Amino acid sequence: MAATQIETTIQDVKREKPESNFRRMWDTLTQNKAAVVGMIVILFLIFIALFGKWIMPYDPNLGDMAVNKQPPSMEHWFGTDEQGRDIFSRIIDGTSVSLSVGLKAVSFALVIGTVLGAIAGYKGGIIDTIIMRVMDMMMSIPDILLAITLMAALGRGIDKAIIAIGLVTIPEYARIVRGSIMSIKDSEYVQAAKVIGNNDFVIIFKHILPNVLSPIIVRATLGISTAILNVAALGFLGLGVQPPYAEWGDMLGRARSFIFESPYMLIFPGLAITITVLAFNLLGDGLRDAFDPKAHH
Amino acid sequence: MLKYIAKRILLLVPVLLGVSIIIFAIMRVFSPDPAGIVLGQHATEQSMEEWREANGLNEPIVTQYMDYMKGIFKGDFGQSYYTKKPVADEIFSRFPATIELAICAILIASIVGILLGTISAVKKNSIIDNISMILSLVGVSMPIFWLGILLIILFSGILGWLPAQGRIETLLRPENVTGLYLIDSLIEGDMESFVSALKHLVLPSLALAMYSMAIIARMTRSTMLETLSQDYIRTAKAKGIAQGRVIGKHALSNAMIPIVTVIGIQLGYLLGGAMLTETVFAWPGIGKYTVEAIMKSDFPIVQGVVLLIAFIFVMMNLIVDIIYAFLDPRIRYS
Repeated sequence: MAATQIETTIQDVKREKPESNFRRMWDTLTQNKAAVVGMIVILFLIFIALFGKWIMPYDPNLGDMAVNKQPPSMEHWFGTDEQGRDIFSRIIDGTSVSLSVGLKAVSFALVIGTVLGAIAGYKGGIIDTIIMRVMDMMMSIPDILLAITLMAALGRGIDKAIIAIGLVTIPEYARIVRGSIMSIKDSEYVQAAKVIGNNDFVIIFKHILPNVLSPIIVRATLGISTAILNVAALGFLGLGVQPPYAEWGDMLGRARSFIFESPYMLIFPGLAITITVLAFNLLGDGLRDAFDPKAHH
Repeated sequence: MLKYIAKRILLLVPVLLGVSIIIFAIMRVFSPDPAGIVLGQHATEQSMEEWREANGLNEPIVTQYMDYMKGIFKGDFGQSYYTKKPVADEIFSRFPATIELAICAILIASIVGILLGTISAVKKNSIIDNISMILSLVGVSMPIFWLGILLIILFSGILGWLPAQGRIETLLRPENVTGLYLIDSLIEGDMESFVSALKHLVLPSLALAMYSMAIIARMTRSTMLETLSQDYIRTAKAKGIAQGRVIGKHALSNAMIPIVTVIGIQLGYLLGGAMLTETVFAWPGIGKYTVEAIMKSDFPIVQGVVLLIAFIFVMMNLIVDIIYAFLDPRIRYS
């Protein structure tokens, strides 16, 4: 009887809280102009990534040496590269690569980091110590250094870039989730969920995690920016996504030899990276303010 | 306090040991066989086998690791596969270049960042605030190597004011005392070298500083806003203390703790950023060297660099914690 009552209370609390919270957060978020701009740009980029094939004026991988290294013109809005490929089309083509690698790398890190952080925070003791010390070790190597080393070991390619970039950010999620879980694992409703005999898995993933989602969502949104920057850095060094994909960082890396001769070849891909990263940063900042009104300045 | 520092230094040992295992595993277990890369495509199977044998790569992985660690405790980090010189020599001959770049970058980032952040907080919602916050947002969103490229296009290509590559004009290299060209040229009293070194340093350190500067500016602004709304600041103002003094002495000094943390962490990150900046500017430091070593599978060099950077990184965290205690007398470690 008592157990049923507690279960009902838990359900009641849950039913009431998320809805009102969500409404308040959404209102705060949509009042934040910068965050709205970020959201619009992201939607636009998703549109380009999905329907780019039909928008791009030229085949992004087909070169025409007769028109190589052309400055921007009416025919080639962003000019052409050293192989005579249309830079505008290549940038459109690169949108889906950057977005998907960013999203997949973050999802990969998020899932593994969340599981590790949840186990560490909830179980405590020796398991916590082992997991978190490994995370500390990973965090004491700069992201980009670890990612480059991993890429050199794993070999080049999209899937490997996702794994390398994802792996290096796992500790961030693990730390956030662990901290959040430790702060509420002794709260009454979690104790109540324990009392009625739920197992650890249900308690962590059904009762605790949904309540510590906000810092994770904020981190993941900002994490997409970092992931996109890291993909570009790997591409720039010639370690990232390989042809036939057009990738913004790779375009910059290849165009470097023509920096004084054809500087426009280096302007647009960098601009594309900056705008995309900026959009996710704006949304991430907006989400943080919406989730945590105290942090709003 | 001393006991605390000793304890923290002891705790660094397992972290660094762990880092060495991680990097050893990545390089020796997952990486492709370096013999083919080091000896080139024309190497015969026999010469590759001999090379592996000579470099101890045929031993079981655990034995290889134990040998490596034994070497480290004797100060021997192995030899570069290519130059055959000791890893420590290879790294430390390039280290001053990176240190000079990183110090300049962190100085620019801290001074400009704290200044921009403070002005933004004091003049909240003014045009200056908006401009500096937009700049910081763009600063954290820009790839560091692209900013470097833009600076080269503008200041070297279009305006022709500053050099695009290298550390100093070839013939002006000062006598090696500290390895930091700015200081060495001053010791020699060679102003021509000093100016050349300074000119070469401007663009890479600006590019490297941008990200950290943006983070420091944002952090300073939000901490200062919080501090400026405290009662004691109102009291100080009410007592008629000049605004500059209230901001400088009362507010900023109290807002420094989180700012120092960020600066400390940023110095660690700069070493990662240096890999990209040095590559763009052909800066002869360990960043560029590491990228080349990774591409060439020069395992001993990569292992040495990662261990060194991890060591600096964890030491920075420790130093930040110690500075805390000096900045805030309420913090006492036991």
